[in-house]
Amino acid sequence: MRIELERRADVSKLLGILSPLLALLLTLIAGGIMFMLLGKAPLDSIYALLVEPLFDPWSLNELAKKAAPLILIAVGLSVCYRSTNWNIGAEGQYSVGAIVGSIIPVYFYDWQSPMVLPLMLVMGALGGAAFATIPALLKTHFNTNEILTSLMLTYIAQLFLDWLTRGPWRNPDGHGFYGTRDFTPDQVLPPIWDDIITAHWGLIFAVVAAILIWFMMRFTLRGFEVVVLGQSERAGRFAGFSPRKMVWFSFILSGALAGLAGISEVSGSIGHLQPDISPSYGFTAIIVAFLGRLNPLGIIASGFVLALTYIGGEAAQLSIGVSDKVTRVFQGFLLFFVLSCDTMIYYKVRIVWSRLRAKTGATS
Amino acid sequence: MSSSDAPLDGALLSVRKLTKLFGSFAACNEIDIGIQPGEIHALLGENGAGKSTLVKMLFGVLEPTAGEIVWQGQPVSIVSPGEARRLGIGMVFQHFSLFEALTVAENIALSLDDKIPIAKIAEEAAALSIAYGLPLDPYAHVADLSVGERQRIEIVRTLLQNPKLIILDEPTSVLTPQEADKLFETLFKLRAEGRSVLYISHRLEEVQRICDRATVLRHGRVTGACDPKQETTGSLARMMVGSDVASIKHDDRGERGEIQLEIAGLSVPARTPFAVSLKDVSLRVRAGEVLAIAGVAGNGQGELFDVVSGEFPVASDDLIFIRGEAVGTKGITARRLLGAGFVPEERHGHAAVTTLRLSDNLVLARSQSDRKAFLGGGLLQIIRRATVKAATKRISEAMDVRKSGEDPLAGSLSGGNLQKFIVGRELDRQPDVLVVNQPTWGVDAGAASRIRQALVDLARAGSAVLVISQDLDEIFEVATDIAVISEGRLSVSYPADEMNRERIGLLMGGTHGLSSEAEPAHAH
Repeated sequence: MRIELERRADVSKLLGILSPLLALLLTLIAGGIMFMLLGKAPLDSIYALLVEPLFDPWSLNELAKKAAPLILIAVGLSVCYRSTNWNIGAEGQYSVGAIVGSIIPVYFYDWQSPMVLPLMLVMGALGGAAFATIPALLKTHFNTNEILTSLMLTYIAQLFLDWLTRGPWRNPDGHGFYGTRDFTPDQVLPPIWDDIITAHWGLIFAVVAAILIWFMMRFTLRGFEVVVLGQSERAGRFAGFSPRKMVWFSFILSGALAGLAGISEVSGSIGHLQPDISPSYGFTAIIVAFLGRLNPLGIIASGFVLALTYIGGEAAQLSIGVSDKVTRVFQGFLLFFVLSCDTMIYYKVRIVWSRLRAKTGATS
Repeated sequence: MSSSDAPLDGALLSVRKLTKLFGSFAACNEIDIGIQPGEIHALLGENGAGKSTLVKMLFGVLEPTAGEIVWQGQPVSIVSPGEARRLGIGMVFQHFSLFEALTVAENIALSLDDKIPIAKIAEEAAALSIAYGLPLDPYAHVADLSVGERQRIEIVRTLLQNPKLIILDEPTSVLTPQEADKLFETLFKLRAEGRSVLYISHRLEEVQRICDRATVLRHGRVTGACDPKQETTGSLARMMVGSDVASIKHDDRGERGEIQLEIAGLSVPARTPFAVSLKDVSLRVRAGEVLAIAGVAGNGQGELFDVVSGEFPVASDDLIFIRGEAVGTKGITARRLLGAGFVPEERHGHAAVTTLRLSDNLVLARSQSDRKAFLGGGLLQIIRRATVKAATKRISEAMDVRKSGEDPLAGSLSGGNLQKFIVGRELDRQPDVLVVNQPTWGVDAGAASRIRQALVDLARAGSAVLVISQDLDEIFEVATDIAVISEGRLSVSYPADEMNRERIGLLMGGTHGLSSEAEPAHAH
């Protein structure tokens, strides 16, 4: 006996659109079973995890704060993945963006100018982009697998951040806490709308980035180039597009957006640089990108869905008394079901038995 | 035996109302065929006629939607290739499945179920290959073998199973005329032993020469069953195509003009271990000429196309000239801007992206040469969909591209229609130089004739055309001049009317000139 994936002759358009929703539904079912095994009431738990936060203004702002980096990173990753450059290291590019963006608050702490914040953001983006050129360089010149290099560089970035914030950049008056001094008001990314929408400008950056990238992919020759090279390098070469330049373009773009996300988070949400600046935004953004079907507008929606799992996970620790690992399990379910739903739409599973069977009534 | 209702008594294999649906599309529609013991039975049809689908069902690769397969009077269900082999059906595929890094004997061992020592397999394979006139060294590495020799491995591998029915899918498409003759002798031996052969082809002359009976398919249905020796090629073609195939007209050829494409002593090392290196290749194509390069597959055709198109530029500018400009190091875009057009061999994933629409596939080849028309918005380079769609429509009408809907996905077109579009996409620009690799490979007769006529017309209008092809019929139809490529070496070119199949066959075998028989056409 063997199991085969057979490509479907005609793919249902409706199912293609419904696939992410189907994945969400399956995640809820699997999550419910998990809560049941943990001895909790499944429906109440899911309600506490995913619905309750939506009725609380504070939670909604937290949701927007968490969605911002997810969307920003995922939009950049979508360009990478559409061109089949597998950048798995957004978490590292995010960290380096946060570090480079924090150079001004650390070394020019007393510099007060409206230029400070824009400069920090630009430096953050440049830092993330520069860090992403390492896997790009390794891929284009040494044919290295970018999945491995970008992933491993993440750990280098994180340990470097750890060393900086516990060592040379540590606030001497931190009373045992590791991290830099708190940023001055000029160095903090302000809320979108004081007191009403307290979420910071990161969300605006994310939505603008998503719309710009959507425009690029939908209407411009550059977007066409991304798609063609992703579908077939040979056809891309025939079109006169350079697969090498596309590696650089996609890595630098996604690195810059991840870096911008990093400095926005540090400046807008945390207020200083510290060892722990991310609940794995860079990895969760991979799920966001695929749940949004690699479409920047879809990613805006999926970014909020994944942000909800973070917020709900935090709330669930208190209200139903489960570990925050629940969040990660939910995210894992989601990625698994998104990818399987997509596969099942394009392929059907055939189980082939190799025993000889007499033909019975096949000529109906 | 419950074969009282069978129309073909005594048949080795008979198929009744066999149908295969893909969604709502019937690739095979109620097909009836009977194959007698000891006959060579041809399965004729254009691309997309359902030949491959039918034999895949017979070999257990695809499952029939409806219908019955009767093997020696017993209805059977063939669920896997292993099952087919056990029944006594062997198949030699068009595309071989061999490991290049392994030896012949090792490759054969991989296809056998039992754990027989390699030495024994080698011995048996050697014995079989001698008995059937298929010389083969069991200890040679596949990577070192020619395509013809690789095919012999597949045949010997099949014969080791002692099959009663052997299915051959387009076996001569990769062979020289001489190699094909050898294969036919083997087939006659098999027939004399009482084995049956199901021979798939679209080469009518071959079928007439070797086959006892023929079944013709068109659009998934049987349109004729006949004795091919009683038919003319014309009448067989009519059954295949459904109408008369236009013959190529090139009576009044235009004047020869300036040299438009030149390669001067080009040598290129192989890019991968299994690629062919080009060795001191020189050629010239003048305006008004169609230079056809004949050769058996895998002798450097793809590599030659890659360097002429500029997808893989070469080390120095003065090795390749397009319209007098030295372009060796320039990429494909620069060469297109000089007025050259290119049609690669592989449609799927090289000349076209099947998951994109036809209009996108127009942008693929012409985003830079038609920048002014197709792109707007300055540096943003926004694709002007309306203009591109209008051009797509124009090309489809000019080349009679049959498609479902206004702008379907390229992958939904049949091979012939997609190829017409890919060729038409270049012709629409009126290129001064056109380089085409295998212009009608796997394309139905109607589309092939249309494409060939377009190439001839383009040259007559004053362009230089370079055609790389394995199909000798095609070469004689379109060429004004013929050269032959063999192991990465290109012969000098000869006027087409001085060439015939035998002389091309000699050049294919590696004799790099016919100087003893004829003077070269152009004393460059």
